[in-house]
Amino acid sequence: MRAPTVFSKLFMGLVFLFLYAPIFVLMIFSFNDSKSRTVWQGFTLDWYVQLFQDREIMSAVYTTLLVALLSTLIATVIGTFAAIGFYNMNRRLRAPLLAIDHIPLMNADIVTGVSLCLFFVAAFQLWGSAAAAINSALGTALPTRLYLGFTTLMLAHVCFNIPYIILSIMPKLRQMDKHLVDAAQDLGCTWLQAFWKVVMPEIKPGIVNGMLIAFTMSVDDFVISYFTAGSATSTLAMVIYGMTKKRISPKINAISTLLFGIVLILLVTVNVREARQEARNAARKI
Amino acid sequence: MPLMPLSGRRAAMKNKLSLFSLPYVIWMALFVVAPIVLVVLYAFSAAGGGFTLENFSRMGDYLVVFTRSFKLALVATGVCLLIGYPMAYLLSREGPRFQRVAMMLIILPMWINFLLRTYAWMSILENTGLLNRLFAAVGIIDLGNLCNAGLNTLCAWLNELFGLSLSTGRNTQMEFFRMINTQGAVVLGMVYNYLPFMILPIYSVIVKLDHSLLEAARDLGASSSRIFRKVIFPLSLPGVLSGVTMVFVPSVSTFAISKLLGGGTEMLLGDLIELQFLGSAYNPRLGSAIALVMMGIVLICMLVMNRFGEGEEQAVIL
Amino acid sequence: MKKTLSFTLILSLSLGLLLSGCGSAGSENPGAGTEKRVVNICSWGEYIDPNLIDQFQNETGIKVNYQTAESNEALYSLLKTGGANYDVIVPSDYMISLLIEEDMLAQLNFDNIPNFSLIGDAYKNLSYDPENLYSVPYAWGTLGIIYNPTMTGGDIDGWDALFDPQYAGNVLMIRNPRDAIGIALMSLGYSVNTINTDEINEAYARLADAKQAGVYQSFVMDEVFDKMETGEAAIAPYYAGDYVSMLEVNEDLRFVLPQGVGGSNWFVDAMCVLKDAENKDEAEAWINFMCSTEASLANMDYIYYASPNQGALEQYPAYYEEVYGAALDPGVFEIMAPSQSVLKHCEAYLTLPQDILTLYSNLWIQMGI
Repeated sequence: MRAPTVFSKLFMGLVFLFLYAPIFVLMIFSFNDSKSRTVWQGFTLDWYVQLFQDREIMSAVYTTLLVALLSTLIATVIGTFAAIGFYNMNRRLRAPLLAIDHIPLMNADIVTGVSLCLFFVAAFQLWGSAAAAINSALGTALPTRLYLGFTTLMLAHVCFNIPYIILSIMPKLRQMDKHLVDAAQDLGCTWLQAFWKVVMPEIKPGIVNGMLIAFTMSVDDFVISYFTAGSATSTLAMVIYGMTKKRISPKINAISTLLFGIVLILLVTVNVREARQEARNAARKI
Repeated sequence: MPLMPLSGRRAAMKNKLSLFSLPYVIWMALFVVAPIVLVVLYAFSAAGGGFTLENFSRMGDYLVVFTRSFKLALVATGVCLLIGYPMAYLLSREGPRFQRVAMMLIILPMWINFLLRTYAWMSILENTGLLNRLFAAVGIIDLGNLCNAGLNTLCAWLNELFGLSLSTGRNTQMEFFRMINTQGAVVLGMVYNYLPFMILPIYSVIVKLDHSLLEAARDLGASSSRIFRKVIFPLSLPGVLSGVTMVFVPSVSTFAISKLLGGGTEMLLGDLIELQFLGSAYNPRLGSAIALVMMGIVLICMLVMNRFGEGEEQAVIL
Repeated sequence: MKKTLSFTLILSLSLGLLLSGCGSAGSENPGAGTEKRVVNICSWGEYIDPNLIDQFQNETGIKVNYQTAESNEALYSLLKTGGANYDVIVPSDYMISLLIEEDMLAQLNFDNIPNFSLIGDAYKNLSYDPENLYSVPYAWGTLGIIYNPTMTGGDIDGWDALFDPQYAGNVLMIRNPRDAIGIALMSLGYSVNTINTDEINEAYARLADAKQAGVYQSFVMDEVFDKMETGEAAIAPYYAGDYVSMLEVNEDLRFVLPQGVGGSNWFVDAMCVLKDAENKDEAEAWINFMCSTEASLANMDYIYYASPNQGALEQYPAYYEEVYGAALDPGVFEIMAPSQSVLKHCEAYLTLPQDILTLYSNLWIQMGI
């Protein structure tokens, strides 16, 4: 390919500037010695101190990360098995199932959120009457009133994460050489062993890929969490949305700087280590 | 594909493996199909129970909101495409180290939440915000006032000369440019938030293009622009489609961006639906109906678009 | 590259969990089935002194989950949608009547709320809850206009300023149907509780025309704090107590309670317990705590809304002087707690019949469009 020109470097530089300028502004004003988000009045770390004392924001960050992690793990398990299952189905059965699977991807977030909210509330009502009936019949003490909370939030996140996992694994399955499995079974593996030892390593990059995307989508989500998290549980996005509706505090700037800083530092560190590793490998090959 | 029947062993394994998807099929029935069925049920039911079409009958009232949402989403998608495609293409031509770093830099903002990214623009675009302060300090606002004054006199002169009635009332006392609480701010917010979703699919497709195809084209004497038009662009269409989908659908249905940057004076579809569920005008049936209509229109758009590209083999984001 | 990303992710995730886990020590996932007593409250933004929450938690050992809603109508949607589990809510007068009508409130056990006797008689048995079975007043105040004379170039004296194209782009409007249409009704001299659809439509037309002419910068609720304090907007209708909070930050701001043609609106926010609340005893303990004179004084000093606790209201100027060393500006106190002669010109919201409520709802959707 042609060597990159000055124009291309300039264009890319501008795009990155566009992507990062607002974030830098956020970060700079997190150190501002006044509530203003636009007028610089001196350096302070006050907002960070206040941030760590703010239980609401901290527990929201905790919830966000926990939900992202758990939902990614659960989605990966279900999604991997689902992808393998779909791959081995006959086409007539697979096509409609895949179409349904793509619905959470294609659908607008707000429709998914609203539909899940309606579903959960309806399910709660059903449960309520069922539990009440069982309680009176058997004398148990099942809770009759369920409400939106961490569990529904996680279920919702799993719901929109699984399609991403499946989307990442299916191409890898298609690229896989079918005869490998045959060969493994010829050499004496049971079908389960063949599956673990042949299929899984082939699709592992797809799984990792999918987990990455799923985690990113989960952390980035707002709308679906807004409708399914209920009153007592909040993700970071919901807390910020609530805060923007009231007096805005630079604590928001502080948390975004922290989040961004942690990920950036780690990315740089790991990248540098990998680059050094590559250089070492290259040197060894020579 | 050989026509001989699958060996018994392989068929048995296939059957067993296809059962792996059973948990997910049950999951889908519960958490994907049932909620949508509920939305449909709500859309067609009246407050006292029973089937009705009245929720849809008033859809015409909201035509303004529909057109506004689709217009803004189209503009945002167009801008994302204009910026994102060249970006993806230029990225694909760089060295692997650069590409790796660039990819990370593009994904990184997604790990700060979507709402934080939108909030960042508020303090920049406000009347007393950063940009306006910068403009005032550098004198651009005074320049704007001068231009307006000049245009005013010009229009007054033209009016006298030709008997027109051009506007001569432009504000010459501006202290700031009104940037926030406008539709432009909403489009800016959409572009900013969804640009990575346009760049990544296109990039991932272009990068996987078979280089031998490009070499063959060059060997056959095609110029660079010809190669792009005839080889690269058509082959990158699945990525373009994926990117367009991932920008258009959220843009049409957003409500946080219009609330934070749009001022709430001109509702979009997302605002309208949220209003009916958790907002100030509780009416889940009407909300479901609007959501259904929106879903339908978006589905039609997607189907129309998919005629230009492959159906199932959608580009993966990474 | 993907290994890099995933490795980074795992590291940052663990770091993040560690950091935030430390920061939120103790506030684990709800529904963990512990025996800890909890009370779930839904109130309004900037409406409580945070120290009071800590004080209550320390004194009673009941954990407080304090959430806020944006407006009465938004609260109503939250309750009707069904997923929320609040125990205590703090709706305004007209919303309480609606909730009572829909049988969503529980009757209070006043044996658990002995401090109810401290509430002034003027705030008991009001029209929205005539036998006072369901609610205990929390705060009261008036709706007026906050403005910045340096930006408007002069004083404002009535509701007409909120529709005046002269201030185009600098005016904020309230983002809930009852207050917005109510303001328009008052500006036209009609009652805020009118059920005459012509009058309501006329009021709506006035609002819509002003919006069309670009008078309104934005429709806001609590965003008004930032916007008025930083000078982003010049005029905003809002509640008296919030004006005093804003005054602390921006001393240019002024408040006017229109007393002309339509007068203004005074309101009471009262604490209620939801019918299906799970923590009724804890809810009543909270209500009792907030009624106490000590809590009322502290709260008044933070949110600057008048308290219905008679003793607290009378003692406030002295309390203020004791805490801050300077005397309380009588003008400010008059804004916080207007005298009876002023309140005469203020109308309280009454509940409206269902068809009028539907009209309001439809008009409000139209407004957004």
